[in-house]
Amino acid sequence: MDFAFLSSTMVTLIKAVPTSLMLFSLSIFFGGLLALVIVAMRVSGNPFLAGFAKGYIFVFRGSPLLIQMFLIFYGLGQFGVIRYSFLWPFLREPVVCAVLSLALCTAGYTAEIFRGGIRAVSPKEIEAARSVGMSGFLLVRRIIAPIAFRHALPAYSTEIVLMMKSTALASLVTVWEVTGVAQRLISQTYRTMEVFLCAALIYLVLNFVILQALNLLEYSLSRHRGAIPPALKA
Amino acid sequence: MTGLQLLGFGQNGWGAWLLVAALMTLAVTATALAIGAVLGALVASARLSGSRTLSFFGHVYTTIFRGVPELLIIYLIYFGGASGLTAIAQSMGYDGFFGMPSFVAGSLAVGIISGAYQAEVFRGAYQAIPKGELEAAAAIGMSRALRFRRIIIPQVLRLAIPGLGNVWQLSLKDSALVSVTGLVELMRASQVAAGSTRQYFMFYIVGGALYLVLTSLSDRVFNGAERKANRSMPSAAIGKV
Repeated sequence: MDFAFLSSTMVTLIKAVPTSLMLFSLSIFFGGLLALVIVAMRVSGNPFLAGFAKGYIFVFRGSPLLIQMFLIFYGLGQFGVIRYSFLWPFLREPVVCAVLSLALCTAGYTAEIFRGGIRAVSPKEIEAARSVGMSGFLLVRRIIAPIAFRHALPAYSTEIVLMMKSTALASLVTVWEVTGVAQRLISQTYRTMEVFLCAALIYLVLNFVILQALNLLEYSLSRHRGAIPPALKA
Repeated sequence: MTGLQLLGFGQNGWGAWLLVAALMTLAVTATALAIGAVLGALVASARLSGSRTLSFFGHVYTTIFRGVPELLIIYLIYFGGASGLTAIAQSMGYDGFFGMPSFVAGSLAVGIISGAYQAEVFRGAYQAIPKGELEAAAAIGMSRALRFRRIIIPQVLRLAIPGLGNVWQLSLKDSALVSVTGLVELMRASQVAAGSTRQYFMFYIVGGALYLVLTSLSDRVFNGAERKANRSMPSAAIGKV
């Protein structure tokens, strides 16, 4: 084992971690917001809105993220309308394209997860809320959203970990995050195994930290129901 | 040249090229699923074995291959496989560089990843078999091997179909990443067609649409298989599993 090489590789790769985390947090944030809009359309009862939401979910869950990313990165610049619009300075940037496609894609998956959470809200609780005169936004904010989010959290945690892994694809549209830097190191040094191990370790640690944080959140949301603390569960 | 001509099957059309590539995507995914089934069954049996060491290694396998980006694993197998092969060839007295065929590297990588997911599917399916049935089989004197063949395998396969359907969809989308090794599957074919005609938007839309066709067709196949496997089960029980 060549520890000098391993540590220099590790240092180079860790310098790319902020880029990965930035891609991850921006796409989770915007993807989550978009998912809320889509799930609201999906359960609105309006056939046009629900149909649009179904189509959105079908398209973004049914095709690979890579092709969506390439469509945005290479495809949009083909149109003069976009190239001469005020949006071009943003859409020209690889980072913006990567975040945009990651967010659009995760919104499709997240909308389905949120819908599952909403379906798990007992109709009796909604009836009870209505009977005391709650309606509209107050009903959603106080009753539906908290219960639905708690039910959706385990599946949403899985999706969040998948998103952390998906940020690796941004390297293919020339964003220098951890996988991109690792790939560059592999092609420069041909020491695949060492570089791979360092990069894999970084992702495993990131995913571990994210999962622990989500477990804590899950626990704090269900503590009043007598949940077992995550530290004791394992 | 119009878009229709570019997508057609004529001299300048890319239609046949894309369809053949879609078949390549199916081939990579099917090979990967088969490799993953073997690995997944091994890992699942390791985790269910009751032995602490085996169970630990099974756990490590699923954690690593579900926690590391797919792209990184593809790079590892493709580049790592090439340096491994070259080293083996040199030790046997051949010089030069030996690459790993991109189809082999790609399906192996996607297969190893799908193995981690399939292990969880098989484990869940095994745990869903009612304990009473295994006890009943033991009580009438079936040996371990016979119990495995007659009671466990048929039920695990039936209960695993929905989960395997999900893994198939996942692998189908992961197979797009194999394009980085230069294998001409649907993703790479769309890239090549887009690059040579400069019609990026159109070819990525068409490539994406072909993926949608593949995913929705395979959804139907798996739903049909699930119905067929459950045809002898009472319908109430289907609702439960």
